Amino acid sequence: MPKLPIYMDNHATTPVDQRVLEAMLPYFSEKFGNAASRNHSFGWEAEEAVDRARGQIAQLIKAKSKEIIFTSGATESDNLAIKGVVEFYKEKGDHIVTCVTEHKAVLDSCRALERAGKATVTYLPVDKYGMVDPDAVRKAITDRTVLVTIMYANNEVGTIHPVAEIGRIARERGAVFHCDAVQAAGKIPVDVDRDHIDLLSISAHKIYGPKGVGALYVRSKGPRVRITPQMDGGGHERGMRSGTLNVTGIVGLGKACEVAASEMAEENRRLLDLRDKLQAGIFERLDEVSLNGHPTERLPGNLNVSFAYVEGESLLMGLHDIAVSSGSACTSATLEPSYVIRALGVSDELAHSSIRFGLGRFNTEAEVDFVTDRVTHEVKRLREMSPLYEMARDGIDLKSVQWKAE
Amino acid sequence: MAYSDKVIDHYNNPRNVGSFDKSDADVGTGIVGAPECGDVMKLQLRINPDSRVIEDARFKTFGCGSAIASSSYVTELVKGKHIDEAMTIKNTVIVSELNLPPVKIHCSVLAEDAIKAAIGDWKKHHEDGEPAAAEQRKAQEG
Repeated sequence: MPKLPIYMDNHATTPVDQRVLEAMLPYFSEKFGNAASRNHSFGWEAEEAVDRARGQIAQLIKAKSKEIIFTSGATESDNLAIKGVVEFYKEKGDHIVTCVTEHKAVLDSCRALERAGKATVTYLPVDKYGMVDPDAVRKAITDRTVLVTIMYANNEVGTIHPVAEIGRIARERGAVFHCDAVQAAGKIPVDVDRDHIDLLSISAHKIYGPKGVGALYVRSKGPRVRITPQMDGGGHERGMRSGTLNVTGIVGLGKACEVAASEMAEENRRLLDLRDKLQAGIFERLDEVSLNGHPTERLPGNLNVSFAYVEGESLLMGLHDIAVSSGSACTSATLEPSYVIRALGVSDELAHSSIRFGLGRFNTEAEVDFVTDRVTHEVKRLREMSPLYEMARDGIDLKSVQWKAE
Repeated sequence: MAYSDKVIDHYNNPRNVGSFDKSDADVGTGIVGAPECGDVMKLQLRINPDSRVIEDARFKTFGCGSAIASSSYVTELVKGKHIDEAMTIKNTVIVSELNLPPVKIHCSVLAEDAIKAAIGDWKKHHEDGEPAAAEQRKAQEG
């Protein structure tokens, strides 16, 4: 039996890889210099480390070192990209095109600009697999559009958007293309030139690096993209992001990117095998389960499933020695389930029944077998306790029932 | 958010899970909540028509652990109680027994509603609805 508890929530965060940790350790107390100290060896040592990391990150996304700006994480990268572009290009226009399943860091940045009267925003829908139609992007762009911001891959259902095509359309129409690649960079091949990406957000802790550090890629050529800084200070990072650099974190992010790039092809095959085994196991042993997300254009480690007639949070409670997450938000005051799952056209009831499995570098086949058994067992137990399962078995159409909600 | 020990106990060992025959005149069935809200409780009470005492109870719940625990606890709570007494049960009793946090209070409200709905259903058969059975019994007694 595998060691418990099992961590299978790698979209939320990942453990720091031992190789990353070892690369970081000397930069805490031995090589502690400020990368901005230009006149002694302590500063030079730190600057060297930061530059090495810049190169490692650039290599992962096929960019140039000087195009990498360090931030505190992807939320800051998203805010800086979106608000920075809208502010810088305000003479040119004020329209943003994004989509309804974006991360809150993107959606709420857009909403903040709307509220402040600084931008108007088009929120594109997604299809039943969670994918944006590039043609809809083309139609949404106007002469006032300054920014298109669409994520590379979704954090809940794993669907990979046709980013290269969206990027090409934005480029043709002269809009800046920002891409939140938090779930994709380091997991699947990302190429800022092939994909026509102008700004790209990355987070370290999603790729076996430390929390609290991220990066923003800012295209320097063809075209050169400009952003207005959102933080005033010493003018670090070519004036785009002031603040003393988090050298240890940056070293960790760099090393995490290097490891991810060198192992990506092999690791993807392994993850895909594990994920497909988990999916097949669940679908073979349980009826009335449905996949949320694209059947093929999906992150290798992602599996999001709705178990009809079972509420997600109660299922999580039954899987107490397994860390996964649910699209049910029974704890929130609104009682509304995941906005991402709902955007796919999935009913609220099935959205409440969804579970996200996030496989990662340290998951094993034994863990997948264990999780398959436990999930099957718990779903069956909870269905025996579910009035909805009983009604459905009795042939009652649940949609025809007049429910007496609170 | 951690669950209280009592919620975990009811979740792992739910009391009185199951169903009675809905068409049995002595059974009152209450179904409250809605699937799109993530909570549906079905509570069934077997009520003695003469003493009006709840003799047995069963539940089935679609919902979070706290919803399952609330309905499981209610089946224990109502057993042996006269329906007039059961009608006075407040959700706060469930909240304090299970140590429910503020975000889970709606589960206890739903459980209270389920008791009222089940007794209301039983009363429909025995008071205003189908008095036939009760009258027949009276006739036999007389």
